[in-house]
Amino acid sequence: MTKNIDKIPGPAEDPKVSQLSDLPQEIPNELPHQSGFLDKHAILERSPTLLLVFSLLVVSIGGIVEIAPLFWLENTIEDVEGMRPYSPLELAGRDIYVREGCYVCHSQMIRPMRDEVERYGHYSLAAESQYDHPFQWGSKRTGPDLARVGGRYSDAWHVDHLMDPQSVVPESIMPKYAFLADTKIDGEHIGDLLSTHRFVGVPYSDEQIEQAKFDFEVQADPDGEYDGLLERYPGAAVANFDGRSELTEMDALISYLQMLGTLVDFSTFTPDASR
Amino acid sequence: MADRKVDKETGVETTGHSWDGIEELNNPLPRWWLWCLYLTMIWGLGYVIAYPAWPMVSGATEGVLGWSTRANVARDIEEHEAKNAPLVTALLGAEMDTLTDDADLNRYAVARGGAVFRAQCSQCHGSGAAGAKGYPNLLDNDWLWGGEMAQIAHTIRHGIRNDTDDDARYSEMPAFGDILEQEEIAATVEYVISLSSPDHDAALATTGSELFADNCSSCHGEAAMGDKDIGAPNLTDAIWLYGGDRETLTYTIVNARFGVMPAWGQRLSEEDVRAVSAYVHGLGGGE
Repeated sequence: MTKNIDKIPGPAEDPKVSQLSDLPQEIPNELPHQSGFLDKHAILERSPTLLLVFSLLVVSIGGIVEIAPLFWLENTIEDVEGMRPYSPLELAGRDIYVREGCYVCHSQMIRPMRDEVERYGHYSLAAESQYDHPFQWGSKRTGPDLARVGGRYSDAWHVDHLMDPQSVVPESIMPKYAFLADTKIDGEHIGDLLSTHRFVGVPYSDEQIEQAKFDFEVQADPDGEYDGLLERYPGAAVANFDGRSELTEMDALISYLQMLGTLVDFSTFTPDASR
Repeated sequence: MADRKVDKETGVETTGHSWDGIEELNNPLPRWWLWCLYLTMIWGLGYVIAYPAWPMVSGATEGVLGWSTRANVARDIEEHEAKNAPLVTALLGAEMDTLTDDADLNRYAVARGGAVFRAQCSQCHGSGAAGAKGYPNLLDNDWLWGGEMAQIAHTIRHGIRNDTDDDARYSEMPAFGDILEQEEIAATVEYVISLSSPDHDAALATTGSELFADNCSSCHGEAAMGDKDIGAPNLTDAIWLYGGDRETLTYTIVNARFGVMPAWGQRLSEEDVRAVSAYVHGLGGGE
């Protein structure tokens, strides 16, 4: 009895397998192999030391091209009037903005296009996010861009809107953030937060860090002594943002929102076309 | 190299690598693929010459085409403005109170104003301008600060009770929670309700009418018809900004209200302020 396996033809007998003799003498879809220089890679592949040295060389070229420009990042940021580090309350509000993932639905980047400029205001400048760690440009607009939302609505509107967005914008799909008004904050570690930002390059002065807790509280107290705050952070809005007597996360978030996009003095700004 | 091996089955050279007797064929890349690769390289080279690309010490290379996003957006805006220039000049030169006499100009202003309204104003006043609690309905003819075109324009330009514009409309109702007793406030609420609704306690309202005359009439008027110069609402027309039920009215009298509107003159161009005034005026209630 023959085994089944014996019935299977070998490649030489199988008519479906093309044979060497079937092929033309020259294989058309083939480039010349013998370029000499390119074949020398075998030398590298056979010597671990050489391979390591040349790998490092290649990786460092990539590294230089991608990393070196970052050391001259300052050069790409225009000098603009009015930009300042965030006040302590604004910075705390910014952290709440990040924590709640506002950036998932709201961008902070007005692109240089006519329709965006007409709707949102002057296109965003690099300088406007120079103190952002991390920046909040975002990549998707489920809601509108917020780069210049500051001063656009009253504080009361922001409270109404954060408590129940549909009460003022019925077609909105934004969730409610009413709990922010119930969450008290005391700014216990606010000085440390400023120090941390200074560590990564935000130019907070010693005075600003010393006064952080005071500034944090006074910005939400229109009856307080806020002259020092305004001196340290020109243009900061002082108000009882949420209308409640306690300092809440709502205060901090609204103080941040009301500052967004308001700092740069565009009356003194001349666009440099090469940017 | 002389020691190149050819795979017997396929006639293709092998790389010489062999694992467990399996040899690796050294098939060349398909020619179409290789040409695509070369083309992208040429394209990339052309691109970095034509467009801004390489970061240098004090900025990027500019590229021979002179592309600039900023110049482009400035040109786009300029081109768009040039198209409407005659109408915008006419709008800027027009007297606001007689704007509606010029049908063409008014049509342009209302259309332009509608676009501005939907982008800037609808968040508070609603996309249909019907308002929300605390944000006035602009469709009716009940105006807090006046419904003439020039009055509407002033309100939009300078805003209400904001601290960024010295010409903002301003008035402040006292919080009567510190001034009147609880029963007095209840009586005043009853009187205010009696002005527009038959559903009230007449005896209590009579008590309230005296309190109203003493405390409220200086702003809201003897007949509670309001005063547009100081933004005091008419209390007799059953149109409520915050609500006309007893609970809301009590809250309003105890705590007072302080509605704020930003000064849009600081944010919008003069032609946009005029256009959106014409739009709001034309919504139905303009005087």
